[in-house]
Amino acid sequence: MVSEHSDAAADTSALALKILVAGGFGVGKTTLVGAVSEIRPLRTEELLSEAGQSVDDTDGVDHKVTTTVAMDFGRITIRSGLSLYLFGTPGQDRFWFLWDELSQGALGAVVLADTRRLEDCFPAVDYFEHRRIPFVVAVNCFPGARGHGAHDVSRALDLDHGTPVVLCDARERDSGKEVLIRLVEYAGRMHTARLLDSVG
Amino acid sequence: MIDMPPGRPGEPGIQWYDGEAGPLVRPYAMTGGRTQPGPSGVSFDLIALVTLDPAAPATDDDTLLGPEHRALVDLCRLETQSVAELAAGADLPVGVVRVLLGDLLELGRVTVRRPVPPAQLPDERLLREVIEGLRAL
Repeated sequence: MVSEHSDAAADTSALALKILVAGGFGVGKTTLVGAVSEIRPLRTEELLSEAGQSVDDTDGVDHKVTTTVAMDFGRITIRSGLSLYLFGTPGQDRFWFLWDELSQGALGAVVLADTRRLEDCFPAVDYFEHRRIPFVVAVNCFPGARGHGAHDVSRALDLDHGTPVVLCDARERDSGKEVLIRLVEYAGRMHTARLLDSVG
Repeated sequence: MIDMPPGRPGEPGIQWYDGEAGPLVRPYAMTGGRTQPGPSGVSFDLIALVTLDPAAPATDDDTLLGPEHRALVDLCRLETQSVAELAAGADLPVGVVRVLLGDLLELGRVTVRRPVPPAQLPDERLLREVIEGLRAL
């Protein structure tokens, strides 16, 4: 049914915001998206016009050279006409050109980190720092991983001063919510600072 | 999610393929080989919101539309959908959905609302609203 009462005012105020979830392969991006999304994480596929040349070295996971790449995403409806979309970025480096499209207009990003393989999130941190996209680092506290303080992680990643580091459990909805709240708060502060910069 | 694309009438009883076989129609065959949306040159962001145009003609000229077009229209009928949701809902690659949406836009069947450009992002009041909304989840 086409809703007859979808008046112009409601339509023009419909707004969608985009948040990216990045990090290394298997760090829990899809888990995080699923934990906070009100819909089951959906999967879209993007066809590549150019097949990836290199083959992943993720042992035993997948050795075929593929021509499609999947992105997981979820949605949170803040209110009627205002939704937050979460996109898990493709984990493999060779799909970086997709990040450019994904990151366009993004409110910000969550970089998920695993302290056992911290280096896996370096590329994501570099990417967002270079593009001046606000991001928070969320340390996914895997059971069995040694506890590290947020401060340690911040130093190990050599983060810019002020970039928030949050410890989280990507499986927990409340924990995921907290990560998103920290990100939106931070994005707001970054934006205000930039406005002041451009005025001064 | 693993519905087979329509448009390939199999003979009943001897359906040899299943979801594992993957699509039996090459994706860009559905777009007539086009990889870019029509002449209007619009680019659809993943979170661009697609709404059925209430002023659109009723379903009598559907000869212009292929089954995939109609699948997209049907999805939009339920509620406003993002491009990403449409791709997942119709089980089509995003690139294909963009081309099909270009057609629907030209035919005046849908309206597309683009996301707020980054330079205008984000209104402080809006962000506060998002934060409060997240807390209330």
